[in-house]
Amino acid sequence: MKPLSIRDLSVSFGALRVLHDISFDVRAGECFGLVGESGSGKSTVLSCAAMLWSQWTGRVEIDGVSVQDMSPAERCRTLQMVFQDPYGSLHPRHAIRTVLSEPLKIQGFDNRDARMEQALGDVGLPVDFLDRYPHQLSGGQRQRVAIARALIVEPDVLLLDEPTSALDVSVQAEILNLLAKLRDEKGFTYIMVSHDLAVVDHMCDRFAVMQTGRVVEVLDHDAISSNGATEPYARELIAASLEYERIA
Amino acid sequence: MSDTLPPQPKPKSPQWVTATGNILRFLFRQPPSAFGLVVLVLLIGSAVLAPVLATHDPYVQDLTATLLPPSSAHFFGTDELGRDVYSRLMHGSRITLTIVFLVTITVGPIGLFVGTVAGYFGGRTDTVLMRLTDIFLSFPSLILSLAFVAALGPSLNNAIIAISLTAWPPIARLARAETMTFRRADFISAARLQGASPARIIWKSIVPMCMPSVLIRLTLNMATVILTAAGLGFLGLGAQPPLPEWGAMIATGRRYMIDSWWLVTFPGLAILAVSLAFNLLGDGLRDALDPKQMHRR
Ligand SMILES: Nc1ncnc2c1ncn2[C@@H]1O[C@H](COP(=O)(O)OP(=O)(O)OP(=O)(O)O)[C@@H](O)[C@H]1O
Ligand SMILES: [Mg+2]
Repeated sequence: MKPLSIRDLSVSFGALRVLHDISFDVRAGECFGLVGESGSGKSTVLSCAAMLWSQWTGRVEIDGVSVQDMSPAERCRTLQMVFQDPYGSLHPRHAIRTVLSEPLKIQGFDNRDARMEQALGDVGLPVDFLDRYPHQLSGGQRQRVAIARALIVEPDVLLLDEPTSALDVSVQAEILNLLAKLRDEKGFTYIMVSHDLAVVDHMCDRFAVMQTGRVVEVLDHDAISSNGATEPYARELIAASLEYERIA
Repeated sequence: MSDTLPPQPKPKSPQWVTATGNILRFLFRQPPSAFGLVVLVLLIGSAVLAPVLATHDPYVQDLTATLLPPSSAHFFGTDELGRDVYSRLMHGSRITLTIVFLVTITVGPIGLFVGTVAGYFGGRTDTVLMRLTDIFLSFPSLILSLAFVAALGPSLNNAIIAISLTAWPPIARLARAETMTFRRADFISAARLQGASPARIIWKSIVPMCMPSVLIRLTLNMATVILTAAGLGFLGLGAQPPLPEWGAMIATGRRYMIDSWWLVTFPGLAILAVSLAFNLLGDGLRDALDPKQMHRR
């Protein structure tokens, strides 16, 4: 279990400043939520932390080591990501076997077959799925494969970018329960982006509310049901979600 | 027809075998592409079996039997030096196939490499590589080939080099455009997160995605390649006599065309059939590899 901390993370795309001095800490083994309206910069925070986008200033540290100083191999074994759209995150022409064996080959793991079977088992898929292609899987199954791909390199931190928003409600619960189970078993630290406060309520110990590239407030999970936010924007967001839940 | 497959035992043959089988079956169902396939098979057959199929030696002259019209002894007649036109055509198919094959295996990889590298890296790499491509693209291909052959000296090998030089830019353009459409896709990000090097990403993730359209383009290109080769041969800048290259055969036959129609007609028909076949095949392949139907294979 490793903690993660973000200090003064700022990003500009050209003249447009997208993130303004983002700072928050995620404790070891915690599930930390990121909520906020569309375009508030949630995905950008994750891309920066994962070094998918490297033009940023500030510090992102995992267990005291800056992600900028890590070698690609070290970073790969420390941090992995699960993407929002399971239809775009698996290569359409790679069999599941390729999807899972590539990271093992790149990182030089041994016992590849055993590890692939283990990873599929961990996400609750049968072993014969290895010879399937993404188009032969349902959305939920694809997302399970994407999770298996992330955990097969035994990372410490998983970045989850709306991992369930492209899925049916019933499948959403399955995937969320799977993620919760994996965290219990393997001690992952999660950062989870979500639009849905109910999901955050279900999964996260703490969460940050973001608005136009700033962290407005960091709140405890309990703050949702009691609406314990102090900042007006966060209060409004939580109130709207409570209201929505009452109607639905 | 539905694509939501229930769990079913999968046939054990590797995927590309079934895919190739499906594509061939699709091509055979359409009359135009079936014609293309048949002509291609005939071309390969006659190239492989040329010594068996040919009734005469394509190089042996017989000055007592010049310019004979088609008959049972000489199916397509004889030329001005008494050589059997049918046998020369059969042997000429080897030259045509060699040209097509060599040009394709040089042009395909070069075009793919330049296009995917430019598309994946973007920025300055892209600018430099694409300006280079533009320079080659801005000349009409026959003119550029002519200039190269004129500089290097006329021969079959130089013709192949010249044609290759002019045929890779469209492939590079195409591969670049394809690459741009998904270089920001999540599956590329996932590969980067796994620590894959750019070379590995290009080779394992990007090239397979560009392959169908590049294959289609290469097939369509073969028609142009054949015509350019025949054109160079006709102008005396490609294959040199006595090689039985079809374009060169037309060039020499032209002088006797009025009285001896068979000298130009049969090589001309051969060029027409083969280049038409590649065009039709390319069109058929485009339908067969249509991404919307892809999930069925
Ligand atoms: N490559 C880019 N170039 C320019 N602007 C960008 C780029 N990527 C993102 N942005 C801008 O950055 C802002 C934050 O985008 P981001 O994707 O992080 O939002 P988000 O909070 O994840 O939204 P959503 O909930 O819709 O996924 C947006 O205003 C977006 O327009
Ligand atoms: Mg987002």
